[in-house]
Amino acid sequence: MRVLEPLIELVRGLWTTLRFMFEKPVTVQYPEQKKPVKARFRGRHVLHRYENGLEKCIGCSLCAAACPSDAIFVESSENTDEKRFSPGERYASTYEINMLRCIFCGFCEDACPTEAITLGDQYELSFTDRRQAIYPKEMLIEPVPSGGKPTPQKTEPGTFTRSVPVMKDPTD
Amino acid sequence: MTLALVIEWIIKAIVLVLVLLTGFAYLTLYERKALARIQMRVGPNRAGPWGILQPIADAVKLIFKEELMPARADKLLFFLAPIVTLVPALVITAVVPWGPNLHVFGYTITLYIADVNVGVLYIMSVASIAVYGIVLAGWSSNNKYAMMGGLRSTAQMISYEIALGLSFVGVILLAGSASMTEIVSAQKSAWFVLLQPVGTVIFLIATLAEVNRAPFDMPEAEQELTAGYHTEYSGMKFALLFMAEYDKMIAISSIGATLYFGGYREFWFLSNTILSVDRTPWLGPIYIFLKIFILLFGMIWVRATFPRIRYDRLMAFGWKVLLPLSLALIFITATFILLAQQANNTLLLWGIPVVSLLAGVLAVSLVYRTLRRKEYARA
Repeated sequence: MRVLEPLIELVRGLWTTLRFMFEKPVTVQYPEQKKPVKARFRGRHVLHRYENGLEKCIGCSLCAAACPSDAIFVESSENTDEKRFSPGERYASTYEINMLRCIFCGFCEDACPTEAITLGDQYELSFTDRRQAIYPKEMLIEPVPSGGKPTPQKTEPGTFTRSVPVMKDPTD
Repeated sequence: MTLALVIEWIIKAIVLVLVLLTGFAYLTLYERKALARIQMRVGPNRAGPWGILQPIADAVKLIFKEELMPARADKLLFFLAPIVTLVPALVITAVVPWGPNLHVFGYTITLYIADVNVGVLYIMSVASIAVYGIVLAGWSSNNKYAMMGGLRSTAQMISYEIALGLSFVGVILLAGSASMTEIVSAQKSAWFVLLQPVGTVIFLIATLAEVNRAPFDMPEAEQELTAGYHTEYSGMKFALLFMAEYDKMIAISSIGATLYFGGYREFWFLSNTILSVDRTPWLGPIYIFLKIFILLFGMIWVRATFPRIRYDRLMAFGWKVLLPLSLALIFITATFILLAQQANNTLLLWGIPVVSLLAGVLAVSLVYRTLRRKEYARA
């Protein structure tokens, strides 16, 4: 039956494709059905808060300095006990990330001394305008946790003197 | 010829054209769905439930697209070529019978547009005209790729038309007539696919080449010719060329179903039951639709499986394998028909499939030997 080999090979090919017709499709129906991202996925940035509602970001601009594509712009202002946004002296009054420039490398995460900025799992970053690509602080910061108060807070003098919290055993 | 007859013809013609045009639209969806399933995808499912509105969305898109005409194109031919391609694809089905005669209120309705007594010849001639549209489309575009695509498809279609025509001859010999309705009624006892298995295979291969489908879609080989003869076409003119291609698929499947798979006749296991077309004639169109559906799936399946074959091999296959084999088949068929007539024993007709299968095996083995020899030469 070796002479029939060309024919048998054709039939084998047809059988292979036919068999795959009865496999379950691998398609993910995207907008309705979303696959969870991996644990170390680097998506849109999130600015975090402490449990009491104060912002972790202290406006030090280290993330902006670390950013290889110069996507981050930070402008800091002084905290007072009357109007306190974050522990310590200063807070970020303006915090903007240009999503068109960002390469999602995660250097800002590494540079941050207070773990204020992390790359989250949000990846739906479409916009119709270059202006919309610049994400201001209001879009990046996470909502006030339950039990916390929104910033600016009025605080007791002398309680939040330290910008960087004391970390005993820093996790990654 | 009464007025009623003229009206009947007009109605049947309009219905047939409408069926072909909507059939084209849904064939594209069918193909996309089937291809998707073979590739473990789900295919279009956004427009309407299961994507059944997708063809309409495609049509709307194509209608509103800009129509481009190359500056140095032959304006008239560029405009006419899609029409010249589409019209043969539509009129070719005129001789295909869709069912037996219906008797409604004492009036007999025939389910074909025309019962030409040389129906098969009509099919061959109309199929040849379709080449003109493609070569004119390629030539009038004033584009080298389009020109090459047009020329290739002409050469390919002419080459495979010979094998196609010769595979028709086997059927004509068996049926004793070139009329499509008589070919169908001659298959009452056995479909011609049983008597002419190799002829059927040759027909199916040749039709793939004839309608420029994968793996013989040489005129549209993207890697070499961008899009072949329709490179310069856009908008509705492109849609017409596209429509012609898919309507040709439907037409050629209906012809294949008629010639080899019993036409509108019931499947063999349903004969002598209430579902036979002799008892319930209106089932005829449903049976032929099912057969066309299966044959179209075959075309899609082949497209999903085989890569495009090289152009010189395509020509070599057509001229050196299919043509001699189909000539041999005609000889075998004629011999056995003559023997059966002389011995007055119709059982001798069953010698045709046996001997033709042997001839087919011989052809395959010769192909195998040639391929082996080429491998050794390369090594």
